[in-house]
Amino acid sequence: MAEQPRMPIESGVPDPMPLMHPTMVANFGNWKYHDRPRPGVLHHVSHSGDEIWTVRAGTQRQMDIHTIRLLCDVADEFADGHIRFTIRSNIEYMVADESKVAPLVEKLTTSGFPVGGTGNSVTMIAHTQGWLHCDIPGTDASGVVKALMDELHDEFINERMPNRVHMTTSCCQINCGGQGDIAINIQHTKPPTIDHSLVANACERPTVVARCPVAAIRPAMVDGRPSLEVDEKKCMCCGACYPPCPPMQINDPEHSKLAIWVGGKHSNARSKPMFHKLVAADIPNNPPRWTEAADVVKKILRCYQQDAKDWERMGDWIERIGWPRFFELTELPFTKFHIDDWRGSRHSLNSSTHIRF
Amino acid sequence: MTKKQHDTPNLDQLEGGPWPSFVTGIKRLAEDNDMAVDLLGQLETSYQTKKGYWKGGTVGVRGYGGGIIPRFTELKDEDGKPVFPAAAEFHTLRVMPPAGMHYDTKTMRQLCDIWEKHGSGLIALHGQSGDIMFQGADTDSVQAAFDELNEAGFDLGGAGPAVRTGMSCVGASRCEHSCANEQKIHRSLVNNFLDDMHRPSLPYKMKFKVSGCPNDCMNSIHRSDFSVIGTWRDDIKVDQTEVINFVNERGRKYTIDNVVSRCPTNALSLNDDDTLDIDNRNCVRCMHCINVMTKALSPGDDKGITLLIGGKRTLKIGDTMGTVIKPFMKMETEEHYEALVEIAENVVDFFAENALEHERTGEMIERIGLVNFLEGIEIDVDPNMISTPRQSSYVRMDTWAEEAEKWEEKKSAES
Repeated sequence: MAEQPRMPIESGVPDPMPLMHPTMVANFGNWKYHDRPRPGVLHHVSHSGDEIWTVRAGTQRQMDIHTIRLLCDVADEFADGHIRFTIRSNIEYMVADESKVAPLVEKLTTSGFPVGGTGNSVTMIAHTQGWLHCDIPGTDASGVVKALMDELHDEFINERMPNRVHMTTSCCQINCGGQGDIAINIQHTKPPTIDHSLVANACERPTVVARCPVAAIRPAMVDGRPSLEVDEKKCMCCGACYPPCPPMQINDPEHSKLAIWVGGKHSNARSKPMFHKLVAADIPNNPPRWTEAADVVKKILRCYQQDAKDWERMGDWIERIGWPRFFELTELPFTKFHIDDWRGSRHSLNSSTHIRF
Repeated sequence: MTKKQHDTPNLDQLEGGPWPSFVTGIKRLAEDNDMAVDLLGQLETSYQTKKGYWKGGTVGVRGYGGGIIPRFTELKDEDGKPVFPAAAEFHTLRVMPPAGMHYDTKTMRQLCDIWEKHGSGLIALHGQSGDIMFQGADTDSVQAAFDELNEAGFDLGGAGPAVRTGMSCVGASRCEHSCANEQKIHRSLVNNFLDDMHRPSLPYKMKFKVSGCPNDCMNSIHRSDFSVIGTWRDDIKVDQTEVINFVNERGRKYTIDNVVSRCPTNALSLNDDDTLDIDNRNCVRCMHCINVMTKALSPGDDKGITLLIGGKRTLKIGDTMGTVIKPFMKMETEEHYEALVEIAENVVDFFAENALEHERTGEMIERIGLVNFLEGIEIDVDPNMISTPRQSSYVRMDTWAEEAEKWEEKKSAES
């Protein structure tokens, strides 16, 4: 009888307890308070009296095994062989002995991993896959982030913002990078270019029709073949049709632009969680350093840093000073495109005489 | 014999600067790995033409219907041959990390060794859904790579219309704000739905995320369909001596400007003796004062969770935040965990039966209304579910008396 093929062990999410630093296991659920002795270092104290120092460093997220092994060598030398990662791809080393902190910081810094990303810093940018691996990208992700983090390195290793700054990038309008204090996202500006010779074979047409948020797509016969056509007056160029129907090419080297959104936050601290809002668009998608986008980001950060009060997140700050002042301070143009017309948009209009002069 | 590396004038410009460079890493792989050589070739082409060149397809492992992200190159020459043949197939294995993303170096090195043997050597830690992404295996290597990862104790995550990989914060393992055992909740939920993860058959994706306090470091309210957030019901714990120390150190003005007046419900007041007065009945557990005064203030002892349902990003109707369906649940005994999993099962079942194709839970609720959803999952209405009551009179209310009676019965049962 032929050998049975191996079937998967459906083991699910692994238990982290056997992998965790022993001081964390011993004090699980029993932590008392924390402080930050310097940027990039957290110090937690347990009710038991135990202490643990965490050293956080930035990584490139998309890592080769040599880099990961190097990070493991550092953990073996300084941190009892344990590491963890944050949601923003920062690596964390935990040590129970304060005397190890300074040499660990030194080792990471000299190995090329900036120590920071804690407290009121600009931490690592949450990002997507881009040209490296995605099937629908309008731009790259790792490259945009590398270029931007080079520019923002000093803000990563210091804590001199009013509050933390969480940035995100996304290489299509699906926005896998998510909400951010500043989000840099692809914004297409032209309807898809349709290769009618391929639609019939590649696309399930009713699915594609149903996918359009504004009902701009309808079945059509083109050159005697079943295809799809787009009502270009209705189309708002979101690209939702492209994933289910690759012949409806939305990405365009010239017309897929970058837009910048600000004021999103997930935390419930002070205000409720907020969505980010459009502030700038039509920024060229310019590899390999995306300098035009970086300039806008740096300008917004400078205004926030100078004008916001302690503990105000980007969105809190703008709610206090008002949007007219935001556009005044940042010198970004205010256009008709900033006024929302999607469902629920009346809630974003000013139905009062609350106006700052 | 390794291929010669391609000229990459654009990517080379991403090697300088203080931030670690993924290009330098891939070039290091390319010293003895043809797939990495050709990956750089294709990526450089994207940088020159500003176009992507991957398409999807169908690649999987035995026994599972999802978890592999297939990628085939579309960059072909005139004869239809791949321009960069060694990276013509560049699939990703999505693998679930340990909850909270804790590793020891032995395990991490083992993952590297497996990926050096079967894949490109490129690993993303981690993807936006929380997976370890093993990027770059050809079709023939996927099964062998998975088998070794699986034997090492790891399992594939979700892809397509399925329960997706979940996330939980560092939580109880290192954070004093933690109000729950985030990892246990994460594993109880996701590991209960492995069939719905590995054999995609839902209308669309379903994500679970767990944050141990309302700071929501896992971004669960907006980024998950099923959001679990730690909270507490009793009073904020105050160490008044530490409050006095804080005021002495930072000053009265700083304390008033940055703690007292930043309370969203005006529940804080600084007393004349520099102790803090808290109106706990009006505290909304936003975390701000606790975040600022880490030594003086901490969450109460009567801990539990709040459940919110329906967060998602843009497509198709626009962004939605999750909204409250359970203001508070205790999470101490095994029965509490079973009750949570039962709610999750009801939510997933209702979603599976009622959502349209490619419709997320939040969109379904927007379409049918929260009340229909609540009736479907058998959860009673609660005023904590809303910001304000209805503002529109366009509703038929001839069963008001019945509904009011339900409310009165519930009230008297509770008292």
